[in-house]
Amino acid sequence: MRDSAAVARDPGLQPERTRLAWRRTTLACTVATALGVRAVLHDGASAADAVTCGLCLLLWLGFLAVAHRRMTLLGAARPRPLGPRAAVTAALGTTALAMCAVAMLFT
Amino acid sequence: MITFVQGLRLWFAPGRVREEGETPDYRFSLANERTFLAWLRTALALIGGGFAVDQFLPDLRWGVRVGLALALLVAGVLCALRAVNHWVRCERAMRRGEDLPASRFPALLGVLVAVVALAMVVIVVFGWEG
Repeated sequence: MRDSAAVARDPGLQPERTRLAWRRTTLACTVATALGVRAVLHDGASAADAVTCGLCLLLWLGFLAVAHRRMTLLGAARPRPLGPRAAVTAALGTTALAMCAVAMLFT
Repeated sequence: MITFVQGLRLWFAPGRVREEGETPDYRFSLANERTFLAWLRTALALIGGGFAVDQFLPDLRWGVRVGLALALLVAGVLCALRAVNHWVRCERAMRRGEDLPASRFPALLGVLVAVVALAMVVIVVFGWEG
C-alpha cells in the first residue's frame, strides 16, 4: 500500500525545484554582496563606502528573509502562488544593490 | 510602454492579480515563479559583473572602467525590473486564459551583453590602459 502523503505530492517535484531555485538565487545574491563588501575591505575605505557596504549587507539580509519566508511556504503539499509583494521586494532589493554598486563607482 | 505602466500598477496592488480570472494549476504558477527567479539571477550576475569590473580591472582608464561597469549595472537593473513585470503579466495572462505575453527583451539583453563582451575583447587585445 502506498503512503497517502506520497500520493498527494506532485510527482514532478515542482515545489522542491522552486525551493532550489530560490536557494540558487540567494547564492547569486550572496556572491554579488560579497563582491560589494570586498570593495570596501581593499580600497582604504572612506566613510561613504562603509555606509554603502552596510546598506549592501542589509539588502542581502532582506533578500534572505524574503527567500526564507517563501521557501517555508513551499513546504506545503499544494503551495499558494508567489505573492506580488515578495516578487516586488526581491526585484527592488536587487535594483537597490545595483544602486549601491553605482554609488561605489563614484566615491 | 502603456502595458508597462499598467503592469506597474499591478506591482503595488498585491490583491489585484489574485482577484482576476481563475487560479491556474499551482504547477504553472510555480513554473512562472522559477522563470522569474532565473531572470533575477541573471540580474544579480550582471550586477556582480559590474562590481567585478570596478574592482578587478584597476589598470583601465577611469572612463572605460566606469562605462563598462555602468553598462553591466544598468543591464542588471533592467533585468530585475523586467523580471517582476514579466512575472506579473504572465500570472495575469494565465488567470485570464490568454496567450502569454511576447517579449523583445531577451534579444535586447543579448545584444547589450554581446556589445559589452566585444568592448572587453577590444580592451584586452589593444590594451587600453590608463
